[in-house]
Amino acid sequence: MMERIPILRIGNYLLVTIQVDMHDKLALTLQDDLTTRISEVNAKGVLIDISSLEIVDSFIGRTLANIASMARVLDAHTVVVGMQPAVAITLVELGMSLPGIRTALNVESGMEYLRETVTSPEEGDDDNGDSTED
Amino acid sequence: MSDLLSAIRQNRDFILKDWLQNLKSAVQRRDLIGDRELETQASEMLAAIAESPAGTTLEDFNNPGWQPLKAMLATLSASRATQGFSPSETALFVLSLKPSLFSVARKQRGSDADGLYADTILINDFIDKLSLHTTDSYIHGRDQVIARQQEEMLELSTPVVTLWDGIVALPLIGTLDSARTQVVMESLLQAIVQTNSRFAIIDITGVPTVDTLVAQHLLKTITAARLMGAECILSGIRPQIAQTIVHLGINLEDVITKSKLSDAFRLALERSGRKVVRIDKPGNVNSPVLRGA
Repeated sequence: MMERIPILRIGNYLLVTIQVDMHDKLALTLQDDLTTRISEVNAKGVLIDISSLEIVDSFIGRTLANIASMARVLDAHTVVVGMQPAVAITLVELGMSLPGIRTALNVESGMEYLRETVTSPEEGDDDNGDSTED
Repeated sequence: MSDLLSAIRQNRDFILKDWLQNLKSAVQRRDLIGDRELETQASEMLAAIAESPAGTTLEDFNNPGWQPLKAMLATLSASRATQGFSPSETALFVLSLKPSLFSVARKQRGSDADGLYADTILINDFIDKLSLHTTDSYIHGRDQVIARQQEEMLELSTPVVTLWDGIVALPLIGTLDSARTQVVMESLLQAIVQTNSRFAIIDITGVPTVDTLVAQHLLKTITAARLMGAECILSGIRPQIAQTIVHLGINLEDVITKSKLSDAFRLALERSGRKVVRIDKPGNVNSPVLRGA
């Protein structure tokens, strides 16, 4: 039987929790499954929880970046949450700062971000409170 | 040659007395160690020599029978190192045993000049090896002290403080090198996870110089924090450092920088939807002078 990472659907969002050590094939399977699911359910947001992921290499890093870009093409926002300090340091040392990926501390703030970006698209209410107070 | 060792065993009390006399005149730092302690240590060491198991000889310093003596000397010199004795003072403790052993050998041999010569060589050799061992242990002990101090300094110099719920700050003081940056990075990221902070302020007011390496380390830390979902604000960049950074061609454009820690804190509060306001006191009378007039 082939190993798979489950993809859960919550409303408009897809939730992926990586709880095993990722190997290359698993990452590619996830990439396949996730893109298929996004177009199937017309998802607007993808949340990838990697808080249990302890080992990461350049391939996994690149795959994460690819998944985010693919999701963007399919009109879904991706947020990666719960990266461990050791994983973050490893990725930085590998020279992968993953500029295209949106990150959050935990699932809660990740969901918050998705709700903000997905429900109010193109509103641009990011920086309106800059110069009002001094 | 084991008759020398048995002679030592027989004359143990005499040696101890004689040695203590030598010791008391040889050890200069009487303020650091008392007579009683010196006496205990001397008799312990002598006991370790005298009570060595049968078959151990003075010629063979690597004999396992000398292990207790070596261990005892190692702890002794390590404690001397922490007490503040100099290496030569520590070595003197062992070396001052020589004359006492010589006089035992002389008593034993009488007019046998060849035998006395052989014994002298043997004692010399043994005591020298012991004192070398002492010095080695002393240096080892001091190394440990230095290592511990370095570790403590490293911990002291990288405190991560929580400014507000969800905002942590890392005031950096002193020069940043690779080893320290590693600790800084790890403790900051760890603190971000523990406190669930979305904002981290790195304050470099206390960093005297920033070169390309330091800047690169800082950028790495900031990127790693971003990967974890926290935003980093760099504050406390002094004018000279700003000049250096631009001259070196370091790109800090992707990093939010503020000149003061307070500005960075204000920004972090703003971004997390908070604001600090002044409370007007109800009974605030500004003009007490007018009342008197």
